[in-house]
Amino acid sequence: MKPPRLADHLLTWFCAPHLREEVLGDLHERYALRVTRLGEAKARRRYWRDVLAYVRPSIIRRQPTQFSTPKTTTMLRNYLKIALRNIVKNKAYSAINIGGLAVGMAVAMLIGLWIYDELSYDKYHQNYNRVAKVMQRGIFEGVFGAGGYMPLPLANELRTDFADDFTYVVMSSWTREHILAFGDKKFTKQGNYLSPEAPDMFTLKMLRGTRAGLKDPASIMLSESVSQALFGSDDPMGKIVKIDNRLNVKVTGVYEDLPYNTEFRDMNFIAPWDLYVSSEEWVKRAQDNVEWNNNSWQILTQIAPNATFDAVNAKIKGLRVKHVPETAPYKAEVFLQPMSRWHLYTGWDKQGNVEGRIQYVWLFGIIGLFVLLLACINFMNLSTARSEKRAKEVGIRKAVGSVRAQLISQFFSESLMVVAFAFILSMLVVILVLPLFNEVADKQLGILWTNPMFWLSGIGFSLFTGIIAGSYPALYLSSFQPVKVLKGTFRVGRFASMPRKVLVVIQFTVSVTLIIGTILVFRQIQYAKNRPIGYDRNGLITITMNTPELHTHYNALREELLRTGAVIDMSTSSTPATDLNSQNGGFEWEGKDPNFKAQFGTIAVTHDFGKTVGWQFKEGRDFSRNFTTDSAALVMNETAAKYMGLKTGSPVGMIVKWNGKPMRVLGVIKDMVMGSPFEPVVQTVFMLDYNWAGVINIKLNPEQSAPESLAKIETVFRKFNPGSPFDFKFTDQQYALKFATEERIGKLASIFAMLAVFISCLGIFGLASFVAEQRTKEIGVRKVLGASVFSLWGLLSKDFVVLVTIAFGIATPLAYYFLSNWLHKYEYRTDISWWIFAVTGAGALGITLLTVSYQSIKAALINPVKSLRSE
Amino acid sequence: MRRSDLGEFEEVVLLAVAVLTPKAYSVVIAEELERETGQTVSTGAVHAALQRLEQKGYLSSVLGEATAERGGRRKRIFTITALGGRVLSEVQAVRVRFWDRIIPNIRLEWS
Repeated sequence: MKPPRLADHLLTWFCAPHLREEVLGDLHERYALRVTRLGEAKARRRYWRDVLAYVRPSIIRRQPTQFSTPKTTTMLRNYLKIALRNIVKNKAYSAINIGGLAVGMAVAMLIGLWIYDELSYDKYHQNYNRVAKVMQRGIFEGVFGAGGYMPLPLANELRTDFADDFTYVVMSSWTREHILAFGDKKFTKQGNYLSPEAPDMFTLKMLRGTRAGLKDPASIMLSESVSQALFGSDDPMGKIVKIDNRLNVKVTGVYEDLPYNTEFRDMNFIAPWDLYVSSEEWVKRAQDNVEWNNNSWQILTQIAPNATFDAVNAKIKGLRVKHVPETAPYKAEVFLQPMSRWHLYTGWDKQGNVEGRIQYVWLFGIIGLFVLLLACINFMNLSTARSEKRAKEVGIRKAVGSVRAQLISQFFSESLMVVAFAFILSMLVVILVLPLFNEVADKQLGILWTNPMFWLSGIGFSLFTGIIAGSYPALYLSSFQPVKVLKGTFRVGRFASMPRKVLVVIQFTVSVTLIIGTILVFRQIQYAKNRPIGYDRNGLITITMNTPELHTHYNALREELLRTGAVIDMSTSSTPATDLNSQNGGFEWEGKDPNFKAQFGTIAVTHDFGKTVGWQFKEGRDFSRNFTTDSAALVMNETAAKYMGLKTGSPVGMIVKWNGKPMRVLGVIKDMVMGSPFEPVVQTVFMLDYNWAGVINIKLNPEQSAPESLAKIETVFRKFNPGSPFDFKFTDQQYALKFATEERIGKLASIFAMLAVFISCLGIFGLASFVAEQRTKEIGVRKVLGASVFSLWGLLSKDFVVLVTIAFGIATPLAYYFLSNWLHKYEYRTDISWWIFAVTGAGALGITLLTVSYQSIKAALINPVKSLRSE
Repeated sequence: MRRSDLGEFEEVVLLAVAVLTPKAYSVVIAEELERETGQTVSTGAVHAALQRLEQKGYLSSVLGEATAERGGRRKRIFTITALGGRVLSEVQAVRVRFWDRIIPNIRLEWS
């Protein structure tokens, strides 16, 4: 009949000692009363309730007059006070410690935010876990290929034959620029044509209208920002908007802009898929003729709640071969790429292994950890280096009666306080540099003020850092024997500085590896930038042909533009010179191995294309208006000529049949880099076709200033094409965009590498100052005996130089290994030349000497009278 | 006199102490209150009220004898101080004055 013991324990724990007796007594007495009155079960319940009701400040508050044990707040306050005094007393040391840690933590925090953003990509969509893109893959001549270009009838088949497996099947055009006009306001905006279920699948947040807004084929849904641009603060619902100057549609909804970290962030409007089919002749044809061979669109799906990706994949994988049997030899398969993998696992290497941005997430995660590690190492090193200075203090404290636990608490509270300051400082740093970081990283990161995970990890990680960093001094210093220390015979053993040296070597290994890596990334970018591109991109601009007027008035437009003198030449092509996204099979020629399924990149151009972009002929001639037979002719690039594998060497004059249509090869041009500058050039054929035009290419007159020329061009364009805004792109800028990812990664890596070096230098700066201080007497004696300043400088610097050299020796093979792996993924790559290592090594040594020199020269210059007179 | 110093619950507790003197301690007070009001009164609430009243100087306390049910622990016995007594009687006087001013026929209309 005893009251609950656990409750008693709880009460004893939180109740102030001076109240314990009466409170417990009261409770027990009442319990006894209640047992007789209410029975045991009820009494126990009440007992618990009473105990919990005692959790209040007046019960918990301890009496100040009571003797306090070392664990109580009184002692803690004492620890913190002493810690603060120590921090203030050794200003330089604290600045190095706090500054270094803060930088390391800030880097880790930035990287953490970056990784968080990468991992939370597309999570805006509530059906994140069930949405997938339909894709197809195959093995073509031993090379794995996968893509999201899908045939139109597949969507219908998924909808009907696999109705149980899919909640939504959505046809989608590719996000591209269209002209939206309302009254005389015209904008070029990116958007998609999508099936009516799309808003449900994307779980768009509707600001006006409902998600059912695409049911009517003459409707459009706008993002908030587009609505703002077109209508300002007016109500857009029901207003008529014109797409590409020819389709009138009614606004049936406005949705919240998709966040920056989503795949569809550029989807600024959604128009109905049916409108697309009815307005685009070639799409209608594909639908009417059930063209399984025309892979031109995307299919997005959401699988049913009871379906799994694996199960659905197993069912649908044969669909491609079923409808297009000739793809069987390529092991063609249809599969679903879940939304959760869209961003981070986008790529496949030639063997079909998954790769993608996830590598960068790992890379940066590791860099972040290392930078943080470097900062912790500094902290530990400096604390242990100071151990001799504090040895006396420890001895006296122990002699006076300190227990070891108290000393440990003291040192931990010191390190935790330093970490706390560093954490606050690092938050400030992050707040300050975040805008800059966002710009470099092309992100829109913010500090996650409201995310408990952020605070938990921040605080957890500070505690961890504080304990790890403080552990060595706390455990090591507190173990000193007071007798030895105070007798003055205390000497740190021969190997005491060994761990410190190892840590310095680790620091520099990391730093040097990072530097080598960064240099190589930039070398690789520079190498690809210097690659001969086979055409002249200076003064070349492209304009999208997105209205019917441009097609009908093309010739008149061209003539008038040439007359202005602002334009040297003008032509159209199916894609800009910076873009090659169409590949076709079905090519035959004489002497071709019948088993060789040739595939060429295909581009339609007009007569003047060559002169406009300035391609260079290796042999043969350009298209010419003088030969009417040129309408069935093609020009190919060098790679294509080689790819054909002709025994005679040159294909010029040969007939190449494409889907049965014979075309004469007019000439071979030098390779033009149209795709990725890191990849080999694709075998490409250029065909004459005025109907398959996508963009207008214009070569500006170099004699005139570009703004002047553009103004003239704009006037002419306005005349022929009044319905659309005058938007153009400079080809050299478009080309530069191809390096964006690599440059971004390179810039980030270089910033982190620099900070890593900075932290490491801070560390040896601190160490050097302690070494110099330690050896003041020795230096004094040496000076008195006639040592020169230079020899003293050498004496003090030698140790560090040795350490850095060892680090360099370790870093070199490491860096070589990782970087040759990294470079391997680029077809067009620079080599890892020896001078990178030489320069980095020399740089690291130079920086080390510079850092150490300040302290060693200061020590060497000090007047020996001063240093020897003390004590 | 700072009347706001005395909460309703405190007033009842103070009264209970007055009634139970010289054997007033938290358990009997709590039990007494439970009996009088018909509601459960937690030991903690009474304890807190007693602590507050003592702080205000309306009560004084000494540690009393121990009993077996208490596991041999002593109890804190409360008595009302002169100040406490005065406050109590003033409170009562205020109430009585108000009661006296209620016109009887209005009183009938309450129910």
